[in-house]
Amino acid sequence: MKHLIDSTDLSVEEIDSILNLAQHIIDNKEDYSEVCKGKKLATLFFEPSTRTRLSFEAAMMELGGNVLGFSSADSSSATKGESVGDTIRVVGCYADIIAMRHPKEGAPMFGAMVSSVPIINAGDGGHNHPTQTLTDLLTIKREKGRLDNFTIGLCGDLKFGRTVHSLIKALSRYKNIKYILISPKELRVPDYIITEVFEKNNIEYREVSTMEEVMEELDIIYMTRVQKERFFNEADYVRLKDTYILDETKLKYAKKDLSILHPLPRVNEISTKVDDDPRACYFRQALNGKYVRMALIITLLENAGRE
Amino acid sequence: MKIDSIQNGIVLDHITAGKALQVYRDLKLDKLDCSVAILQNVKSNKMGKKDILKIDKDEYNLNLDVLGYIDPGITVSIIKDGETVEKKKLELPEKLVNIKKCKNPRCITSTEQEIPHIFKLTDKENRVYRCVYCEADK
Ligand SMILES: [Zn+2]
Repeated sequence: MKHLIDSTDLSVEEIDSILNLAQHIIDNKEDYSEVCKGKKLATLFFEPSTRTRLSFEAAMMELGGNVLGFSSADSSSATKGESVGDTIRVVGCYADIIAMRHPKEGAPMFGAMVSSVPIINAGDGGHNHPTQTLTDLLTIKREKGRLDNFTIGLCGDLKFGRTVHSLIKALSRYKNIKYILISPKELRVPDYIITEVFEKNNIEYREVSTMEEVMEELDIIYMTRVQKERFFNEADYVRLKDTYILDETKLKYAKKDLSILHPLPRVNEISTKVDDDPRACYFRQALNGKYVRMALIITLLENAGRE
Repeated sequence: MKIDSIQNGIVLDHITAGKALQVYRDLKLDKLDCSVAILQNVKSNKMGKKDILKIDKDEYNLNLDVLGYIDPGITVSIIKDGETVEKKKLELPEKLVNIKKCKNPRCITSTEQEIPHIFKLTDKENRVYRCVYCEADK
């Protein structure tokens, strides 16, 4: 692995090794505080995403490295018409590794083709966001102690939610996981997920339209935002929006050891009253994001050094 | 109708009827200064009708990937001194470089100028090619 562009490019072994390293960092933080001393991470955000950028920058700082970069296309040479290719070539002269976010699908992939240093895809439009997927996997592994043998409910906008699609693809390689897809019929997962992931791999899945009917079965619930603009009309949105909000009432049916995940930002799809429930994992999930990025930076820099 | 057989050159046979002009264009045969014969709607036992192209030029480097992508049923015969010295069967190419363009407006290929348009064959049975950048299949 030279770059990280798409989480499905990673083998199960590569994923396990990143997650194990992340866990090792968590358990031995002091040992890692200088491993990237003298190294520079460039965060090239052609589109703003403050949380993701800060997570990368915090990760590099905790490894003793330095960060440089820009946080939107306005503050970069992209507004002057410089191509992605040239930006990457130039930044490769200054930085040892690049985390890149871009509104166009496949931009980091092209970046990787011309780059002299490792590229991490920090999100390319509605396409891929592999560090979020690794974060989700680390969270499940830490909360459950395993990445197999559980029932996961995915709730909300399953049609446009890229984090849901890549999480399903990543988990499809682990054994004995049941999927319950909870969404309004307008926002069900795309057909290719059903045919190319579930049916092709003989994976058990069910599509339902309310949380209540399945809550007691779930070991994990992965919440996503249902955006108003995804609906054809206001009436449907108003009718459905509360159905996909997780609150204390719905949690009454849930298992005692349920894990509640959310990629954040949250708007209102999880009631803030749930935040103090020990089953709420989403803030721990955000913290895991930093550790996974630390593990990734170390791994990619090591691999680059070996060449 | 009879066209003299060529002494040295290439014959593209079993072109799907009606596709000869596309093959002619995509292989850029108009840029050659040799004679090129285009035969359309030739009777064929196997295909009913077919097109044939004869290129009267030896040592011409044919882009077989383009050909395989347009019409994988074409047979390519290399003729030397009036004899067929080599027959090539085409296959669907694994990769298309700058043969077709990605039509996804959200794809990086829509804005980045120097970028090569690359497609990979992801489903041989259904002839599905996906853009390596955005994974769109058109
Ligand atoms: Zn594309």
